[in-house]
Amino acid sequence: MISDSSMPYSAPTLAPGADDDQLLHVSLGPQHPSTHGVFRMNVVLDGETVVSLKPVFGYLHRNHEKIAEGVTYLSSMPYTDRLDYICPLSNNWAYAHAVEKLAGIEVPERAEYMRVILAELTRLINHTAFMGFILGDMGAWGSALMYAFRERELILDLFEDLTGARMMANFMRFGGCRNDLPAGWAEKCSVLVDDYGPFLDEMEKFLVGNEILLARCQDVGQLPKETLINGGITGPMLRAAGVNYDIRKAEPYGIYERFSFRIPLGDKGDCYDRIMIRFLEMRESLKILRQALDQLPEGEYVNPKAKIRGFKPPVGEAYARIEGPKGELGFHLISDGTVNPYRYRVRPPSFINLTLLEDMCLGLDLADVVIILGSIDIVLGEVDR
Amino acid sequence: MAIDPQLAADLKSQGVHVTSFEQLINWGRSSSLWPLQFGLACCAIEMIAATMAKYDMARFGAEVFRPSPRQADLMIVAGTVTKKMAPQVVRLYNQMAEPKYVIAMGACAISGGPFKDGYNVLKGIDRFIPVDVVIPGCPPRPEALLEGLMTLRDKIAKEKLMGKHRVRHADPNGAASFPVPEYGAHDLEPAVNRDIWNPPAITREGGEA
Repeated sequence: MISDSSMPYSAPTLAPGADDDQLLHVSLGPQHPSTHGVFRMNVVLDGETVVSLKPVFGYLHRNHEKIAEGVTYLSSMPYTDRLDYICPLSNNWAYAHAVEKLAGIEVPERAEYMRVILAELTRLINHTAFMGFILGDMGAWGSALMYAFRERELILDLFEDLTGARMMANFMRFGGCRNDLPAGWAEKCSVLVDDYGPFLDEMEKFLVGNEILLARCQDVGQLPKETLINGGITGPMLRAAGVNYDIRKAEPYGIYERFSFRIPLGDKGDCYDRIMIRFLEMRESLKILRQALDQLPEGEYVNPKAKIRGFKPPVGEAYARIEGPKGELGFHLISDGTVNPYRYRVRPPSFINLTLLEDMCLGLDLADVVIILGSIDIVLGEVDR
Repeated sequence: MAIDPQLAADLKSQGVHVTSFEQLINWGRSSSLWPLQFGLACCAIEMIAATMAKYDMARFGAEVFRPSPRQADLMIVAGTVTKKMAPQVVRLYNQMAEPKYVIAMGACAISGGPFKDGYNVLKGIDRFIPVDVVIPGCPPRPEALLEGLMTLRDKIAKEKLMGKHRVRHADPNGAASFPVPEYGAHDLEPAVNRDIWNPPAITREGGEA
């Protein structure tokens, strides 16, 4: 009764001259504890060395873009939450930013501040969870993730106070946010920002000189800067290799110009740099959060002129991007003047960062593949959409 | 039960615990459910959160997530099941050893949820494998998962292992595995397994169907 024909397997192409009899074909995934979701890699091993690696996508392809073309602009907002489900509020912002660019909607100052605060809190969540997951990939399953999720819960409590949901916030609106900050929220957030530094110190103390971490991450998965740039890699992966490119500085959106923060850069671009750069980014996020909370002005939280019902942007197209926690997150919208977009396209950072996976893994051990995949920090909801 | 409750209580006060074989087995099964470490989408993050320090699923004996289906009793289908993934989910279910239970966590696993209109989304995992507990939500909170787990424990505690109304896994003729759907030209083939759940058509009295 059980048939295997529903799992097609095509042998990867090998370099000419390779002796196929001695090679081991391994299918990692789609159910595998290290694949961060339903991702599959067809790996060919010579002994323990990776000869070929072919990724197989689409196990979580849930038609986000096609569904968005059939519904109104605002109805796509909840779907953007479910793209990169670890950081929904950044996705909300990127989409709202694209529609605002398309329709020329102004955003009030208080809403801009709220957006910055929420986006940076989301970055904290993402990078903290990343630490837990990558250490789990190295064998510290559970303990590191316990620390990470303990802090994540504190931020989620803030999100719940504000948006009513822990994960799927559906909070940004075209021209602002859905509701104002509840009384006392900024103070609670301020306490969290003050307490986050000591947590990062604690976490970093465990990791910086850790022998296992050093042995498994240093000099693993490096690529030349040119290859990374040509591959369209963005975010912490690119900056770990020393390329100074952060959209918050390169093409400032929102009100990022008002804050003083620095872009941490790595040196070699190996997995160790990718881990450490996220620590430094979290510290910079804390700086931004502190400034934003101190400067938070009174005023409107949404542009009162922005239309909710029967919203029809003018004919045209717009591409807007933000620096998401994983890299450049962009939305490309084409409007034909009706209530739903003619074309809706997401530029997902985790998918594009994943394209160079094989180049990073060739010639390394199978165990390194797991670390490299973890250091890319993919979320399958965004890769497959 | 055959045991007089008063007698059982008297004996218990003397340090003698009387129970039936069935109750003992069900108590053991319900108290250490080992879930399959298998996350599909957004709900998986809440499933992980439920096992972490704040919600601590270990209190209910269900924190040992096993990466291998051979070692797991409970499959938590946490997230959207796409048509590409559905055969793999069914195959994982078939590989699990009896007794095995399934929790459908979240709107997507129950019915397709917000992505129901998608061309690649399976409208509910109960089309291919039997589901014991459904947990609504998008995603359900970790408390909801704990509640679902408690519901499953209650269900296991009431299982009949013998007699006419015994559970599927205690029945020698009960199915241990279900056919794995195949990729067809447009949809999975078969698109739904009617042997698993075939709801009766709703008819209203005195009106049209």
